[in-house]
Amino acid sequence: MSHAPSAEPALYGLMAEFDHADDLLAAARAAKAGGYAAVEGYSPMPIHGLSEILGHKNPVALLTLGGAISGLLVGFGLEYWVNMIEFPLNIAGKPDFSWPAFVVPAYETTILFGALTAALGMLVLNGLPQPYHPVFNVPAFENASRNRFFLVIESKDPRFDLAKTKSFLAGLHPMSLAEVPQ
Amino acid sequence: MSKKTTDVQPPGLIGPGHSLASVTDKIADMVLTKRTPLGWWFAVLVTGTFVGILGFTIVNVFFRGIGLWGPNNPVGWGFDIINFVWWIGIGHAGTLISAILLLLNQGWRTSINRAAEAMTIFAVMCAGMYPLMHTGRPWLAFWMLPLPNSMGMWQNFRSPLIWDVFAVSTYATVSMVFWYVGMIPDMATLRDRARNIWVKRAYGALCLGWRNAASHWDRYEIASLLLAGLSTPLVVSVHTVVSFDFAAGIIPGWHTTIFPPYFVAGAIFAGFAMVLTLMLPIRAWYRLEDFITERHLQNMGKVMLATGLIVAYGYAIEAFTAWYSGSPYESYMITNRLSGPYKYEYWSLMLCNILIPQVLWSKRARSSVWVLFGVSMAINVGMWLERFVIIVMSLHRDYLPSSWGMYHPTRYDWGMFLGTIGFFTFAFTLFVRFLPAIAIFEMRGLVPRGPARPGKGTH
Repeated sequence: MSHAPSAEPALYGLMAEFDHADDLLAAARAAKAGGYAAVEGYSPMPIHGLSEILGHKNPVALLTLGGAISGLLVGFGLEYWVNMIEFPLNIAGKPDFSWPAFVVPAYETTILFGALTAALGMLVLNGLPQPYHPVFNVPAFENASRNRFFLVIESKDPRFDLAKTKSFLAGLHPMSLAEVPQ
Repeated sequence: MSKKTTDVQPPGLIGPGHSLASVTDKIADMVLTKRTPLGWWFAVLVTGTFVGILGFTIVNVFFRGIGLWGPNNPVGWGFDIINFVWWIGIGHAGTLISAILLLLNQGWRTSINRAAEAMTIFAVMCAGMYPLMHTGRPWLAFWMLPLPNSMGMWQNFRSPLIWDVFAVSTYATVSMVFWYVGMIPDMATLRDRARNIWVKRAYGALCLGWRNAASHWDRYEIASLLLAGLSTPLVVSVHTVVSFDFAAGIIPGWHTTIFPPYFVAGAIFAGFAMVLTLMLPIRAWYRLEDFITERHLQNMGKVMLATGLIVAYGYAIEAFTAWYSGSPYESYMITNRLSGPYKYEYWSLMLCNILIPQVLWSKRARSSVWVLFGVSMAINVGMWLERFVIIVMSLHRDYLPSSWGMYHPTRYDWGMFLGTIGFFTFAFTLFVRFLPAIAIFEMRGLVPRGPARPGKGTH
């Protein structure tokens, strides 16, 4: 990164550590107010409102709706094609197009496709699986899954400037402040 | 699961004095401890023996055919279908706890949902073995799926049996996805807490590199909520479809419209009994009284009581309909249940499923671990007997007295039954040792947040 001296390893960003969810929320608000865009919070459990402050997009619900509708169409279409076109069977004189009976498997495929879309959509949008990520280079970060809360301002942010951003984060009174190597 | 729901939990869900760190360490250490409890090895040994019995039975039935089993004319469905329905029913409580109680904003589900979901998956695995072997040629089981084949044949989608294939396979898949997604953040916790490099790598791979980022949590929560929302209609549909296997038949004792709701209530009844059967010993062995509190036990007792009463209503309606129908075949079905050759099974069912659970009206009984364990064991037995009554007793005497007969299970029936119980407990034993048995990140949400200390400087 152009901001770091060339001898140093490239910088991913600056990481501030907090020990309370409310501190992280306050820090995220301050960072946004300070004009930073590439900001990410890390916390041991979901914190309501944090993502709204950071302004993340979340299309998982819409994707799932699409998945469920396609499951319905695929399931019902399969039954229609099988029992009407490819392999019509006269069973007890029932009509080939016995749509009430077709509801049940189509209902199940709706749920199946919807659920798989929700799970896989969440993973893909999150960029997982991802074996390596720079934040893990900070030793204290292992407590992000225990009892610590972290705010990272990434170096790709146009307003990122090592000295200024560092003093900005220090002004939020974190427990610790670390540079995250790339 | 969302913060909004956990901020306002009533007290009693977690013992006093817990912090984010203590909750994390206590649950993670159940997995990461170097000292495996001696009792765990003992459990592996005992349950593993039964898995061996299961393997022996399956190999025999596979190579020598299902003639080794007891079902024959007129009772063509025996232990295989009884156990299939029994296991599927047991699985349902896991989905109820993880999905329906999540949607209903019941915070008390948090500490038991992970184990209950695991129970669901193992129970569905046990259930799946039965119809697979029951087909007689399990190597051709893929014929049940709509796949292009050289015979040019396709499924008949008007049959409840193919509905069952779709319902149960969807249920198995969605339950497994829901379970795995639920464990991702906790496996990240185990990765961060593990000291051994290989353990760290294993959980690091399993958690897919989860890093607790806010944007990830946001999508994660929506995905979990949607999975719960999709699992709820799914779980209701699964046992409904299972009951269609019977209700769409014309056998007296099967051909009745009460079956879907009565099967679903019975499934929840049986499932909660099995959750208690598994959780009470684990709670004692791992000293989890702070996490699975008395309030959890009280609530589970109440759910069992309520669903038990629905089941009792089902039995009453069955008898009433049989009498009110005016059909001699239907009314004989009830006479045969009350006083026929299988009357002891029927009356034991009434004892286990209706009479014994009534002690749960008493708050003192619901607070006693031993009473709850006893009642849940009675319900486990009772729900198995219910399926015996429905399946065997309806088939053994239907319209033509000349074709009446009795059902005699063989040692291969018993071997597979005991074997799947062994497999179930074996899988659960491994689960408790190697995976987070309580949802750690959800428990963190139950820890009172407390005020942020104002004006603290850099440490």
